[in-house]
Amino acid sequence: MQAVNAAGSRAAETAPPAGSRAAGAARVGAGGTLHAPASAPTPAATHRHRATALHPGAWWLWALALGTAATRTTNPLLLALLVTVSAYVVITRRPHAPWSLSYGAFVKLALAVLLIRLLFTTLLGSPIPGTHTLVTLPEVPLPDWAQGVRLGGRVTAEGLTFALYDAMKLATLLVCVGAANALANPSRLLKSLPGALYEMGVAVVVALTFAPNLIADVQRLRAARRLRGRHDKGVRGLLQVGLPVLEGALERSVALAAAMDARGYGRTARVPAPVRRTTAALTLGGLLGVCAGTYGLLTAAGGTYGVPVLLAGVAAAFAGLWLGGRRTVRTRYRPDRWDARAWLVTASGVAVAALLFLAATRDPAALHPGVVPLTAPTLPLWPAAAVLLGLLPAFVAPSPDPAPKTAVKEPS
Amino acid sequence: MIRFEDVSVTYDGASEPTVRGVDFEAPEGELVLLAGPSGVGKSTVLGAVGGLVPHFTGGTLRGRVTVAGRDTRTHKPRELADVVGTVGQDPLSHFVTDTVEDELAYGMESLGLAPDVMRRRVEETLDLLGLSDLRSRPIATLSGGQQQRVAIGSVLTPHPDVLVLDEPTSALDPAAAEEVLAVLQRLVHDLGTTVLMAEHRLERVIQYADQVVLLPAPGEAPIVGAPADVMALSPVYPPVVDLGRLAGWSPLPLTIRDARRRAAPLRERLADREIPDRTPPPTTAALPEPPALRPAPARRWRRSRTTPQVPAAPTPYAAEVRSLAVRRDRVEALRHVDLTVSPGETVALMGRNGAGKSTLLSALVGLVAPSAGSVRTGDAVPHRTAPRDLVRRVGLVPQEPRDLLYADTVAAECAAADRDADAAPGTCRALLTELLPGVTDDTHPRDLSEGQRLTLALSVVLTARPPLLLLDEPTRGLDYAAKARLAGILRDLAAEGHAIVLATHDVELAAELAHRVVLLAEGEVIADGPAADVVVASPSYAPQVAKVLAPRQWLTVAQVREALS
Repeated sequence: MQAVNAAGSRAAETAPPAGSRAAGAARVGAGGTLHAPASAPTPAATHRHRATALHPGAWWLWALALGTAATRTTNPLLLALLVTVSAYVVITRRPHAPWSLSYGAFVKLALAVLLIRLLFTTLLGSPIPGTHTLVTLPEVPLPDWAQGVRLGGRVTAEGLTFALYDAMKLATLLVCVGAANALANPSRLLKSLPGALYEMGVAVVVALTFAPNLIADVQRLRAARRLRGRHDKGVRGLLQVGLPVLEGALERSVALAAAMDARGYGRTARVPAPVRRTTAALTLGGLLGVCAGTYGLLTAAGGTYGVPVLLAGVAAAFAGLWLGGRRTVRTRYRPDRWDARAWLVTASGVAVAALLFLAATRDPAALHPGVVPLTAPTLPLWPAAAVLLGLLPAFVAPSPDPAPKTAVKEPS
Repeated sequence: MIRFEDVSVTYDGASEPTVRGVDFEAPEGELVLLAGPSGVGKSTVLGAVGGLVPHFTGGTLRGRVTVAGRDTRTHKPRELADVVGTVGQDPLSHFVTDTVEDELAYGMESLGLAPDVMRRRVEETLDLLGLSDLRSRPIATLSGGQQQRVAIGSVLTPHPDVLVLDEPTSALDPAAAEEVLAVLQRLVHDLGTTVLMAEHRLERVIQYADQVVLLPAPGEAPIVGAPADVMALSPVYPPVVDLGRLAGWSPLPLTIRDARRRAAPLRERLADREIPDRTPPPTTAALPEPPALRPAPARRWRRSRTTPQVPAAPTPYAAEVRSLAVRRDRVEALRHVDLTVSPGETVALMGRNGAGKSTLLSALVGLVAPSAGSVRTGDAVPHRTAPRDLVRRVGLVPQEPRDLLYADTVAAECAAADRDADAAPGTCRALLTELLPGVTDDTHPRDLSEGQRLTLALSVVLTARPPLLLLDEPTRGLDYAAKARLAGILRDLAAEGHAIVLATHDVELAAELAHRVVLLAEGEVIADGPAADVVVASPSYAPQVAKVLAPRQWLTVAQVREALS
């Protein structure tokens, strides 16, 4: 509280030279444009972008709902439609930022899942009985203890189709998670965490940036190997740069920790001892309650006390978190607001999931096309229409700022 | 505002204190410059202000450091965060969040300022530092100068009383450095902020300093005084002071303006003297021909993606670049670049941060493939040549020389370099001894100073005797003595017939060494000509001596000294 007051008065003191500063700022601003990209978005445009950015939680809920919808069907046409819908939204609405490049990685991962699943089915066979033999691989005789495992043998069209449908379900789920990653900045999502967890969240996000930095280091050091006249490709090249890369990463982590400490990370307010003790008791008691309640729910005997204990535990844990938040002095700069558009985006995702759940109970045959006998899947009309509801964010979410075109970067 | 009382710092495991007898006071609203050669403990003194030394680094601090009345002994760095803002040497290791706006707000969030105060200060700071166009940009995509400004802005927003900066302009081009310094000066003048700053490039900052704290040698007590007085006995000094000492001016001039006022008699004395040529014309001294290119090893499993290396037609140049274009991440880093470098010639590549200098060097050494045009180094096309062959044609000392070094002793490093280059055992060690006497075999490369490490990397590269030598920002972090040594080494190499290309922001080094200066802007060559003509024509790239002694094209103090003797 004291800090806020002191800062406020200091801000008031510095108000008078604001005029001269503004004049100077104009000059620096003019100089600054030397460095600014030629086609940088106008300040007004970027300003608006920040102000109107959609709550990252809404993107995650929308994407996870689409993913949930994908688990309800194995119809390849519906799954393809789901992927198309999420991809369209990503393409039209993702910002031009490093974290949105992860979408490509997720798509590749999904394709890899498909291929691996098909490969395994081809090599290990499939429990699906089939009559359409595509090819017969030489079967490797296995010893007795490996009974039930087959290596090689008949590859049937039914088995492959079943594996494809099943893998597509998982791939669609992965693509949806990728969409959430591309559309929402992970560190902005962090801002919505309760105060008591924020510090931990920062640590997690900093740890996550470790990986991209590590990759950049590996690339730089492999380039340096080339400069020494050694081959920069292959596993050996990678192993030999391992130690210097880790060394560099460690040094950077220490430097970052020092910088964060110097910038006030981990400052705490003085909290009276009773409050501290209550916080600890509530959090610990709450977690114990959650454990006991869950146990009660899962065992046959505890059916009566399970639910109330679980609920009480959750409530106590939340109260502990809320009280713990009083220890942190930190405030939030421009937190994202949950507005009407966030509701719309979330609702569109949830609607898709709910309608597919409904369809799965009403018309299971259309959502799970049979593989024995082999039939061509058909597109069930109203579930397909339901999936198209997921396109809503492409129209209600704010459009991203234009990409900087001449932002040449030199590592210096 | 900052008070050091007989402070000495001893790190764990060190027998001698790193700094000793530091005793000075920085009053409110002054810009205090911490000067001295490399390795005298400047960073230690800076760290002590924010409490990072010894709370974070370990070691023992004797004496007392107080900042705004708070003793760093009893206050942890985080408890000093509202009065001290610290920016380290590498801005990238300073950033916690990922966009400019969030980064500016981070410090205030930690201190718990009210949201409306935070919002107002972020807007003010964006304007103050000229960052408003970049406000929602991810920090990773900014250039070096922009990152430095964001780092300064991020510690300014909590309105600290004290700002501590470690080499804030070393990585910046002259124009960006002036912008940063203009901001600092306004903070000192308008807001009464106390600034304590360490900087090797005194020619950029000395004129802004109210007080200089000079650490003359490791473990020696600092000399504190007005800039002109301290410069008179300092082992490190900018060219304008050197010129003042040579001409016997007293008090010593610190700015171009002061020096010009007194320079009339000197200009007259020099009027009829010939300007000595510091850089003899490119010699035709030929280096031994590198061995012929070997055929690429056959690959059994997949077709080689690189086309087989065919020796290119012979060229008289050590490097020849024709209408080169390079795209990186959908961005045109270079376009229509033409450049030739003859044997024995030294070329300085200059330009803003992000103008494409490093990319051009990378293209010359085959790290990036051209998207159009051609690159040739001698008889090789770099990106299609096997690394083992390429090292005998072109060598690059990267911006961070440590990247080139893997081994844990100097001896092992040299032995590995001999193997890599197929040179006779001992070649690299002999080179190193010649360039840098007094480094023992069992030293860890990490324990060398910046200048020593650069020389080690240079020896490693030179072991393969490449006719073309490339250096990326070689003077970053070097003091004047190390820089003079480097200039001497490079001049000798050029006389032996090496072609040298330097990418640098250091106008004094370019003036000292280069035959030709090539200016890059936005990936294009905008000027290419004799060093004297190109640098003197541009106010931000002209060396200090040229500005003082204009209109004639004297570039360095050494030239003046030679002409007078």
